[in-house]
Amino acid sequence: MFFWSLVLIAVGIFSSFIYGRSRIKLNSKKQGTKSKSLPTYYAQYVLMWCLFPALIVYFSWAIFQEKIIQNIVISNFEFIEGAVYNQGLLLAEIRNVANNPSFADGKSIEIINAASHYSSLRQISQISFYTSIIIIMLLGALYASQKLKPEFHAQHTIERYIQYILIFCSSVAIFTTIGIVFSLIFESLRFFAEVSIFEFLFSTEWYPFIPIREGQTAAEGSFGAVPIFAGTFLVMVVAMCVAVPLGLLTAIYLAEYASQRVRKTVKPLLEILAGIPTIVYGFFAFVSVAPFVKAFGQSIGIDASPTSALAAGMVMGVMIIPFISSLSDDVINSVPQSLREASLGIGANKAETIKKVILPAALPGIVGAFLLAISRAIGETMIVVVAAGTAPNLTGNPFENVTTVTVQIVVALIGDQEFDNPRTLSAFALGLVLFVITLFLNIIALQIVKRYRERYE
Amino acid sequence: MSNSKILANSVDVYYGSKQALFGISMDIKEKEVTALIGPSGCGKSTFLRCINRMNDLIEICKVSGSIKVDNEEIISDKTDVVSLRSKIGMVFQKPNPFPKSIFDNVAYGPTIHGLVDSKNDLEEIVHSSLKKAGLFDEVKDRLNEPGTSLSGGQQQRLCIARAIAVNPEIILMDEPCSALDPIATAIIEELIDELRLNYTIIIVTHSMQQAARVSQKTCFFHLGELIETGETNKIFTNPDNTKTQDYITGRFG
Repeated sequence: MFFWSLVLIAVGIFSSFIYGRSRIKLNSKKQGTKSKSLPTYYAQYVLMWCLFPALIVYFSWAIFQEKIIQNIVISNFEFIEGAVYNQGLLLAEIRNVANNPSFADGKSIEIINAASHYSSLRQISQISFYTSIIIIMLLGALYASQKLKPEFHAQHTIERYIQYILIFCSSVAIFTTIGIVFSLIFESLRFFAEVSIFEFLFSTEWYPFIPIREGQTAAEGSFGAVPIFAGTFLVMVVAMCVAVPLGLLTAIYLAEYASQRVRKTVKPLLEILAGIPTIVYGFFAFVSVAPFVKAFGQSIGIDASPTSALAAGMVMGVMIIPFISSLSDDVINSVPQSLREASLGIGANKAETIKKVILPAALPGIVGAFLLAISRAIGETMIVVVAAGTAPNLTGNPFENVTTVTVQIVVALIGDQEFDNPRTLSAFALGLVLFVITLFLNIIALQIVKRYRERYE
Repeated sequence: MSNSKILANSVDVYYGSKQALFGISMDIKEKEVTALIGPSGCGKSTFLRCINRMNDLIEICKVSGSIKVDNEEIISDKTDVVSLRSKIGMVFQKPNPFPKSIFDNVAYGPTIHGLVDSKNDLEEIVHSSLKKAGLFDEVKDRLNEPGTSLSGGQQQRLCIARAIAVNPEIILMDEPCSALDPIATAIIEELIDELRLNYTIIIVTHSMQQAARVSQKTCFFHLGELIETGETNKIFTNPDNTKTQDYITGRFG
């Protein structure tokens, strides 16, 4: 149904464009004056008036049709006294029968009646959908064609419309973000209604198992998120210990020492690292790095578990090297050449120039790169799921199993539980905290980078 | 000649396959101001940057020929570029103070060259350099403020102070006043006149009045060649070459 309506709209667009252009030419010839804008702008004007009302109708139909039909069907349903109905199941049954008449065997007469009611409503809806699209397109074109006079400045109007379209597009992303934030907040509030916020933030026991059936002999769940945040922090620290020196030194080499040719080859190669799917890093960490960490731990007398914070953190560090190296390289490169010349001109050598002039000048930008890398590391899931384990240990020992916020969200959402118990709802609370932390890091990072830009531009 | 400070002999410079300088030979005297003039793109800045090997920074730039500073060849792989540059200060077209405090800007050179043993020595060098650059009285109360907060003319004098803090013998100036207003320019020109007593100065300038005001010798470059060199008075009143004549009278360039 919706495919053919798209074809219909396309035809409308095409013909309204042609119509608008020939109409304005005709009109200006009749009046003997030149039109104020080029004919294409009048054509676009008619097109927009034809297209956008039709699109609004199209989408409102797509969104509301099913809901309205269902409501009508349910409100006309002949409920039998005394029987218990589940509305969702009932609707599914009616729809099944309507879409596939062979399911009708053995169903009650009420259901079969409702199903035929449902199909007829759908038919009515379809017919009225096509009619209203055609009518609305014609009305739009009619309204627009009244304006097709040579003295009408179509270009100005078109430019205003385009501005509205741009504003609409940019607000989509913003409203989506706001929607996500609100859904996080509301679900978290449901969680905090059952678990106290103090327990969540300060208790050190994470045991998110609650009795699902009544009388089940499971312990009471406990939701202290401290071990999870500690685990996240530990993995992040390990990752930064790997990524900061490697990334920064790479950036210095690329920006100050490498020849143009080397730089042009190496930089894209490094950026490929950022494009590797994180799950691939994850099994690399699990298969190659974790056993190595275990063996290394044993060789120095530390009992390491097969999956560890160290393994996950190291691989995550490798993953975020390109963030640090690429951004820092850009920052170092944007330090004005005149500062290098000034320093070298006094007789400083290259190392002194980098250490005392270039790095201090680039520092804010480099810190910004670090913060972006950190927020990437905190949000990373797959590597940690595979390589760090899922045990919520409160430990500072990187050779042990730890778990992170993102991993616990995955764990909480695996399985087919409804969103009505603290275990699944805890995912939202954890997500909210994660969101707040990365948001703050990003804001700080952007502020720092911005201030840095102002100084040199 | 005994008091010749810089002696260039048939210097050629190539940027990739393009030749920028053709056989430049020049003799620059000690404690004099030499002005390099000529239209844009004539190679005067390129020649200036050969003297402290600043062209090394440009990957595709090749320099051949001979330049001797105090009778020592500097166009050679064996040249100690770092000590050469500490002997030859440079002031650039656009003031380029480091994003550090005024004090640290001037202290940078003496610190990296280990010229000072104590904090007091350092302070003395910084103060005297600022005094020599005629900036001390204006900034003595705010030595800890960033160098970038000064006005353009002050920044340029700060750069001069930074250059003379390492006690160079030669100062190269690459259009030092082109980014400054007339008042700041006048102050810098006066300063150049004073500095001449202690330093050998080579200045690239687009302003012929400036060349006439501050220099004793003038060299006229055109299309990568050194057309004429001589006493500033003579070049500006009675040049030998018609190209020089045309340029200084404003017929081209």
